[in-house]
Amino acid sequence: MKISDVARILDARVMTGGDMLEQEVHSACGSDMMSDVLAYVKDQGVLLTGLINVQVIRTLLMMDMNCVVFIRGKVPPEGIVEFAADNGVAVLQTELPMFESCGRLYMAGLGRECGCDPAPDAGCANGNEDE
Amino acid sequence: MSEALHYHFDVDGANFSNAGRASVETKKLLRQIGVPAETIRRIAVAMYEGEINMVIHAHGGDADVYITEDKILIQLRDEGPGIRSVEEAMKEGFSTAPENIRALGFGAGMGLPNMKRYSDDMHIDTKVGVGTTIELWYNL
Repeated sequence: MKISDVARILDARVMTGGDMLEQEVHSACGSDMMSDVLAYVKDQGVLLTGLINVQVIRTLLMMDMNCVVFIRGKVPPEGIVEFAADNGVAVLQTELPMFESCGRLYMAGLGRECGCDPAPDAGCANGNEDE
Repeated sequence: MSEALHYHFDVDGANFSNAGRASVETKKLLRQIGVPAETIRRIAVAMYEGEINMVIHAHGGDADVYITEDKILIQLRDEGPGIRSVEEAMKEGFSTAPENIRALGFGAGMGLPNMKRYSDDMHIDTKVGVGTTIELWYNL
């Protein structure tokens, strides 16, 4: 699905990356532990997190992920949004909690597009099989 | 590695917000040189975990990147407390990071295991009270 679909499904506000809404994402990961994201995520995709700091954006950059959704109504400070904008990361913000955010995206088909089972680790839904 | 390209970065240990700067820069450099994308990602993730470790545990240190025709070496050197048991530190989930670091999204005990997972070869040279040097090797 596209980043614009993610924003619509999560009733999310686009804080930066308005020019990236047509980009495709194929997987998602919901986690507040960045080390788990670094360990388990395979495909470029969306990170859903309730953690707000600049390391969230750096983690995305390391993983070549292009979209972050801050959940539970958490609003990132301007510096983080700017850093994301400078580095080509779209920032969305939703009032929904983690469970419902992941559930809505999963039900809409994110991470299931290739028809294989999502990876069971770390609450992540990957399009590919895990190791 | 006498004919290696060499880049040096100071890893600032005073400010957690700065952790990862060297990895972001290295990633850009490797992309300019034309290193394959998957290799770049593995290097960036491993180096990033290393940088985070240096900031959490060792008040920063030095990061050096050496690139030859067929290998890349990332060398991370600090004068921190050293690793008491490398065997334990290599277990997923084992962490000595303080609680405030966990609140920042790290300290889950995945640092060293991730560095091993995302390198072709890893060497740890550590001495308690003296410091730690970690080498991450990649074949091109």
